[in-house]
Parts: sequence; C-alpha cells; structure tokens
Amino acid sequence: MLVIKDLHAKIDDKEILRGINLEIKPGEVHAIMGPNGSGKSTLSSVLAGNEKFEVNEGSVSFNGKDLLDLAPEDRAREGLFLSFQYPVEIPGVSMVNFMRTAVNEHRKYREEEPYSASEFLKLMREKKKLVEIDSNLTNRSVNEGFSGGEKKKNEIFQMAMLEPKLAILDETDSGLDIDALRVVANGVNKLKSPERSTIVITHYQRLLDHIVPDYVHVLYKGRIVKSAGKELALELEEKGYDWIKKEFED
Amino acid sequence: MNKTCRIVNLQEEYSQLYQEHRSMIEDGAPEKMNALRAKAFETFIEKGIPSNKVEAYKYTNLQPYFKGTLDIAFSKEAALNGSSNKFHCSVPELDTHNVFLINGWFAHLEDAHQLPEGVVVGSIREKALEYPEVFEKYYGQNLGDDNDAMAAMNTAFAQDGAFVYVPKGVVVDKPIQLVNIMTGENDRLVFQRNLIVVEDNAQLKVMLCDHTISPQKFVINNLTEVFANENSVFDVYNIQNQHNLTTQVSGMYVHQKKYSNILTNNLTLHSGVTRNNIRVTMDDENCESHVYGLYLSDKNQHVDNYSFIDHAKPHCQSFELFKGVMDDSASAAFTGRVLVRPDAQQTNAYQSNNNLLLTQNAKINSKPQLEIYADDVKCSHGATVGQLDDDAMFYLKARGINENEGRILLMFAFAYEVIEKIRVEPLKENIRSLVEKRFRGEFDKCDSCVVCGHQGASVSCL
Repeated sequence: MLVIKDLHAKIDDKEILRGINLEIKPGEVHAIMGPNGSGKSTLSSVLAGNEKFEVNEGSVSFNGKDLLDLAPEDRAREGLFLSFQYPVEIPGVSMVNFMRTAVNEHRKYREEEPYSASEFLKLMREKKKLVEIDSNLTNRSVNEGFSGGEKKKNEIFQMAMLEPKLAILDETDSGLDIDALRVVANGVNKLKSPERSTIVITHYQRLLDHIVPDYVHVLYKGRIVKSAGKELALELEEKGYDWIKKEFED
Repeated sequence: MNKTCRIVNLQEEYSQLYQEHRSMIEDGAPEKMNALRAKAFETFIEKGIPSNKVEAYKYTNLQPYFKGTLDIAFSKEAALNGSSNKFHCSVPELDTHNVFLINGWFAHLEDAHQLPEGVVVGSIREKALEYPEVFEKYYGQNLGDDNDAMAAMNTAFAQDGAFVYVPKGVVVDKPIQLVNIMTGENDRLVFQRNLIVVEDNAQLKVMLCDHTISPQKFVINNLTEVFANENSVFDVYNIQNQHNLTTQVSGMYVHQKKYSNILTNNLTLHSGVTRNNIRVTMDDENCESHVYGLYLSDKNQHVDNYSFIDHAKPHCQSFELFKGVMDDSASAAFTGRVLVRPDAQQTNAYQSNNNLLLTQNAKINSKPQLEIYADDVKCSHGATVGQLDDDAMFYLKARGINENEGRILLMFAFAYEVIEKIRVEPLKENIRSLVEKRFRGEFDKCDSCVVCGHQGASVSCL
C-alpha cells in the first residue's frame, strides 16, 4: 500500500528526514515512536503534502502511484488521511459545509454523483454516532473554540466521514484525558478493516494499549533506527529512549 | 426633458448647468427643497467636486469620474423614458414592499394598499406636498456642519427620490425595498434624494438595492436622510450591485433620538467606483448604532467607506465593523471617524476594519480617526490587513478540497461576520448566496438582480 524509500526532507535547509524506509501493507497498524525532534511530525506532513517541507531525495509510492507527485488534495482523494497534531481553527466555515465540500470532492474524484443534502446529513448522523462525537460540535465552525479533546475527536470524525485507505494519526493522543483517548481509540478500531492501514505516531505507549500495532518503529534523527513488534513499545515505556540513542550513537 | 451636457472643467459647467436650468430644477419641487438649493449650490461651487487633496477624500479623487458627456433628466418623464412598468419582483422568500426608482426618480410602488395604516411611501416631491409639516420639519436638517461638497451638490440638484414615513408606534413587518435602477441609452448623471422618518416607538427595515441594467456609464450622487426618533428601531441594507462603469457617491445620514436603535449595512458586492458617506448623529441619550459594511472588489474597482459616528450625548453605544476582500488590482479605503463630544460621558464606541488582500496589487488604506473630548468613555478601534491563512488552506487541502474551493470557503468565512449582522433572516440567506456566487465568479451582475429578482436587459457584462 505505502512504500517509502530513502526519503529525505528538509525545511529552511535543515535536513530533518535523512533516509526513511518503510513499507505498509493493507490492514496493518504501524506505530512510529521516538523522542522529540526526531522527525515524526515532519514525516506525516511530508506524506500529506505540506509545502513547507522540501523533499530532496527518495520516493513514496501509494497504491502504485507516485505520492510525491500528487497535490495534497489528490493525496487525500486517493485515500490518505492525516489526523493533525494541531487541528486548525477556521472561524466562519461550518463543519457541515466543510465536510460536505470535502466528501463531495472525494466523490467527484471517483466520478460519483455528489450527495444530496439529505443523504449527506444521514451519513453525518451515522458517523457521528460511530465516533461518539457530540452533536453540537458539528453545528459550529471548524474547530473554533473546541477543547483539545474535541479537536482530536473531530479529526477522527472526519476520518470516519472520508473513509481513507491509510490514516496517519499524528500524536492524536497528546493532551487527551483517558475518556477522550478511549473515544478516539474506539473510533479508530471501529473503522479498522483488512484493506485499511493506520500509522500511529505517538510519544507514549498509552494509546497503543487501545490501538494495538502490528509493528513499532523508532525514529531518531530522521531515520528509523529500530523496528519490532508491539513489545518494543512496552520496552520503550519502561526504559525510555536513552538506550536507543546510545545504541545508535555507537 | 433630458439635457446633455459636456463636463470638462467641473465647477464651470456645473455652475452653468444649475443656473441655466434652475427653473426646471425647481419646477414642481417642494418649496423647502428649493429654499435650500441656493446655499447648497454656493457651498458646492466653492468646494467643488472633491479631489484627493481634500483630506476626507484623500483616497478617492472623484474629479475624473464627474467629467464627460452626460445626460441629466430634469423631469420624471425624461428619467423614466418609457420604462416605468417593466419591473417585477419575483423572489418569493423575500417578502417586501417594493418601490422602484428609475434614474433617481420615483417610478412606482407595488401593492400600496398592503402597507400598514398611516405608513407613507412614495415620491419625495409628491409626498412633501401632501405631508408638508413632516417634510419641512426634517428635510435637509441632518447634513451636519461639515458641509460636504457632495451632499451640497445633491441638495442643490436633486429633484426626486423616495419618501418613507412611519407614524408613532407602527411596526412595519415586511422590509421596504427601494430598487434603484440606472438605465438609458446615453451616459448619465443621476441625483436622488431620499427622506425616511421613523417616529417614536416605530420600527422599519429598508433595503436599498442599486442596479445598472444598461451598459452606459452612470455617475450617481444619492443621499438618504434618516430620522430615527425616540425608541425607534431602524435598519437599512444597501446592496450595491452595479457594473464597472458606475461611479456612485452614496450618502447615508442618520439622526437618532433617545433609546433608538439603528443599523446600517453597506454591502458593496460589485461596482466601479463607490464612495459611501455614512454619518450617524447620536443626538440624544441612550442611543445604539450598528454601522457595518462589506466590500468585495476585483479588477480595477474601488470602494471607499467614510463613516462618521457623532457621539453628541452621553450613554450611547456604537458598533462599527467593515470588512473587505480585494482581488486583482482592486483598491479600497476605510475611514472611521468617531467624535465623542465633551458631554458625551459613558460612551461606548467600538470600531473594527479587517481586510483580505488576495494579490500583490490589491490595496487598502484604513484610517481610524477618534476624537475624544469626554473623559469617561470606552472607545476601541482596530484595523487589520492580511492574506489567506496558509495553515487553514493546507488543512482544507488535506481533506481533499482543492485550492479554488478552499479559497472560496476561506473568503466566505472572512465575509461571514458582516453577513451574520443582517437582522432580516431571508435577506441574510440571499446575501449569503450572493456573496458565495460573487466569490465563485458566477455573479451575474448585469442581467438580473438576485435580491429583487427582476430581469434586466440582456447586456454584456462589463
């Protein structure tokens, strides 16, 4: 599904990703962990197509297509979804209008008829229930005045609406209380399917109790320095990152 | 008759125009209207059409726009030119009393019998004769002491316009829509003078819809005087939707008495050169005023909003918000003059002007101008100029929304705050869709009016 080869990326001439290699198959859940500044969020931004970052080497193929060649909106329409670490507030754009535009742009891309207002509202109701998002959040402007937890739940709601093939959750757990964390994790698990893959980027093992990964990778200084099964997350939780850093420096 | 005049040197020809046609200008006009002309003419000739050397017109030099070969109608027949009964309103959800004015002259009122009892709507020159005590009490009484040259020009030349009177305690539920239509086979200079009086405890909502339906050049000087008396509620929404060859100087002079609550909203959706002079005089205690504006311009369009809120008495509140989106080489200006007079204690005055510039060439000049002579007041002002937010744009793209749709969503989001201030629900809906169409470039500014729904002549868009 996703094949990343020797990916290098920089911002303002500072190289942050220094040769990432990663392959994700349909249905798999990969966790990417690592200390602050290791390049985790940069990786997710680069995959989503944020133009602030410049890719200077490497390739990414997504379902056989050259991902780096696609505009950000086309990446989304091809089925890539980024749950933002810091969702953006957009006063004046209602959630309904935002989601209807997004969903219908996806449908147009697949050469399907746009949803009518009633079809769309029905879909929205279903998905709201699925991810247990508070009804009145969707009556407001996009993320405006939402609490941290509400913003993250809203990301999962959008994911449910857009039904991506690959979801990247960028520190979706940071700043969440245990209840919000459970809602977010439940949402992700309910959307799980043999065709759908997930990348969970996190600092902490906590979220991985709820979303169980098939693989855990450690990112350090712009490279994946260790990959293993889910037990690696527990080891990291216990021992911290110092031993990895040490191993890597040696 | 229509008189064609060639204006090259401004004052010279305008002076001649006035003097040669004085008898026609005064013919059939109310006495009070004529009585004020001579002094106004003097003021106008002394000051002239303002250039950008005049401080209040620094960002809009009107002189070039008031030159050219222009027709002027000195009678109703000449103004209407046989086009009186073509217009109908067909937007069902906008239930309004419709008044049509053509080239500044009152043409007709639909369903006059449906107006609440005592409410008077009609031609100012005719109604002034029927209601002389109202007319004489109010006409020309609220132009302030700043002797604006364009207001003076209007007083000197204007012969007709709309007259609206709402007696004490009457609430007019349906808005009154004044549809101002510019049409004709030659370039034209138009004057229009409206007088609106809302008596104690009365309520009125007015929509002023300005349209051009033929492709000629129009130069318009219109002025509306409003008197909102004790405890009255008054709203005016001026929807300016004209082609690029239009120059409009539009005056809105509101006078407030105790406990009155007024709202003005200038929605400049499309026009060539627009200058709005908005003056609110809070001449009594406990008045509240809401002064709003939204201007959307592209190509070489220019919009200049000049507002002047006069806090003359204590315990009044004013809320001012103007927002603009400028594309291509469009330019705009905003001046927010707030005067708090020495005894106007406990004044609250808030002012905000926000602008979105979409290109390197778009331009805005924003000038708050607060003069405060009282010491126990709360006044604030803010002006911002910005571009579309990159982070918000990326967020939209990351959800599959392309650049163009994203721009429309974000521009609309920016304009939305002013649209939300509209206190007439169906109008709000209409304006929402008009603004969205404008941003999508689907705005059909010449052929039909989405607000009043009338079909214009099929002319190419300018």
